[in-house]
Amino acid sequence: MNATTAIVTGKPAKTRPRGGMTKKRPIDWLLLALIVVGALLVIAPFYLVLVNSFKSPVDYATSGPLAFPETLDFGGITKFWERVNFPEKVWNSIFIAGIVSVLAVLISMLNAFAIGIGRIRGRSWIVLLFLMANLLPQEALLYPLYYMFKEVGLYDSVWSVIIVFTVVQAAFGTYLLSSVYGTFPKEVLEAASLDGASRWQILWRVIFPISRPTLSVLLIFFFIWTWNEFLIPLTFLASNANQTVPVAISVLQGDRLMDVTTTSASALLGIIPTLIFFLIFQRTLTRGITAGAVK
Amino acid sequence: MSRATTTGRTKLPPEQPSIPQRSGGTGAYWLYLLPGFVLLLVIVIVPLVWNLYLTFTKWRGVRSPEFIGLENWQKILTDSDFWTSFTNSVWMILAMVVVPTIVGLIVAALLFDVVGRKFGGKVGSFLRATYYLPQILPIAVAGIVIGWIVRPGGDGALNQILGWFGVPPYDWLGQMPSALIVLMVVMVWVQLGYPVVVFMAALQRVDPELYEAAELDGANWFQRFSAITMSIIRPEIFVVTLTCTIAALKVFGPVYIITRGGPAGATLVPAYYAYQEFFTKRNVGYGATIATVLTIVVVIVSIIFIRVQNSLERKERAGL
Repeated sequence: MNATTAIVTGKPAKTRPRGGMTKKRPIDWLLLALIVVGALLVIAPFYLVLVNSFKSPVDYATSGPLAFPETLDFGGITKFWERVNFPEKVWNSIFIAGIVSVLAVLISMLNAFAIGIGRIRGRSWIVLLFLMANLLPQEALLYPLYYMFKEVGLYDSVWSVIIVFTVVQAAFGTYLLSSVYGTFPKEVLEAASLDGASRWQILWRVIFPISRPTLSVLLIFFFIWTWNEFLIPLTFLASNANQTVPVAISVLQGDRLMDVTTTSASALLGIIPTLIFFLIFQRTLTRGITAGAVK
Repeated sequence: MSRATTTGRTKLPPEQPSIPQRSGGTGAYWLYLLPGFVLLLVIVIVPLVWNLYLTFTKWRGVRSPEFIGLENWQKILTDSDFWTSFTNSVWMILAMVVVPTIVGLIVAALLFDVVGRKFGGKVGSFLRATYYLPQILPIAVAGIVIGWIVRPGGDGALNQILGWFGVPPYDWLGQMPSALIVLMVVMVWVQLGYPVVVFMAALQRVDPELYEAAELDGANWFQRFSAITMSIIRPEIFVVTLTCTIAALKVFGPVYIITRGGPAGATLVPAYYAYQEFFTKRNVGYGATIATVLTIVVVIVSIIFIRVQNSLERKERAGL
């Protein structure tokens, strides 16, 4: 703590008080200002979405996109809400992303157990093989999958999207968890097996609880990534009733009846679910994807 | 195996502990790989091989594919749209990898060292969350937001702000190079939060004592940053640059939403080009060829990254 503080100030550590906040110099304020301006630029589009979602089209035409709304107008929001049947789209997204993240974490864990703990032969090639599913452009699988799903009757079913993303996300999970499990302390495993635990028991009673922080980070990332996916849902979910939030919003873009404030409202409603999710899980998220379960 | 281990609990002499890794070999672990592997086979490997086969065919998606040999591959070499799309990929890498990684490193270091230490962890976390916000936004929604901010005429937000400075309204998406620049700015905006959060998590791993030692040796902030911080968070830098490069090569959503490859194909990217060939023009074979080339590029880039990372790690271990 003390040393890290010293790095910032560039002064010898001994002059700094231990812990806590140190004296702020002008340069610190300047750097803070810089960071804050950057942050404001980042959220500026969110501000625009927010203010314009509550304007009437007339208000937008007269006062422009930057001003606050004259009076709160919910016309744009209700229009969009009803046009796309928003609750239905939110449910589709939650359903798809929720199932995908649970299944993908499960499969990642099983794979990583074999690769990271089991140290099976050729493991680096296996990791690479799995990682391919995540790295490959989805276009290279798109048409065959499209055709396959049509043949087996899964086209235009949320399950087609669920299956694809379970594989895609588990690929990343396998890669990450394998390296985490690879550094899992041997003593813990040895102690467990001395106590007579089977592999299955070691996985669920030892490795699962210890790596739970990493698993929950993965779960949340999988959820958000799947929620935000676009190409595969756009291609495989043709009918309105099956679409996810992003697809429903983008499909409506071509709609001539959409005025500017409704567009803004559609963006606002697209942001809100992820925002809520973000606020709930912020602590888990910021623990970071690299959160080492085993220290 | 598992039952033997369980029952052997009390019987086994302590000097011969039953450790699954050693006593049973690694064979049984393959079983755990089975579900993941079967899924991988059906959803990735089979379609991938199929897609490769399609590159040698002409197919409109109905009836059966007609084998045409290397025709698609010959066509792709002289297709200027295809080359434009790959040139644009380079611009996407600039916007999604180079800029976010460098800026993200600076922002993370400042948030961690300056804001976190001097103004409190709460301010630091709040700002980090702010930078991360666009990352959680569905790319389709981000595209729509930007699409109407830059919309032509005087009532788009960007044109209005520029209007204060006497700049006449401009059709940002209707011209080159502004359409591509808009796309790039969007991608920087979307991507920045990812390296910030990953790097900040990594910074927490840096042992303060290392800094203390370096400082006693008279290293300044920049020297300590480059020698200690950078080497410790190098795995994260690799992960970020690799994943972002691949994301940049694969970018689809923003192009689909914001420009649809326009004006006149100027913002075309390989992924969108392939999609168009598949579903708009119904040239499945040619779309498959574009997708295959993109795949090859992604694989090559990944191999280079992993090679470099491995050789650096080996050097590091030798150095220690």
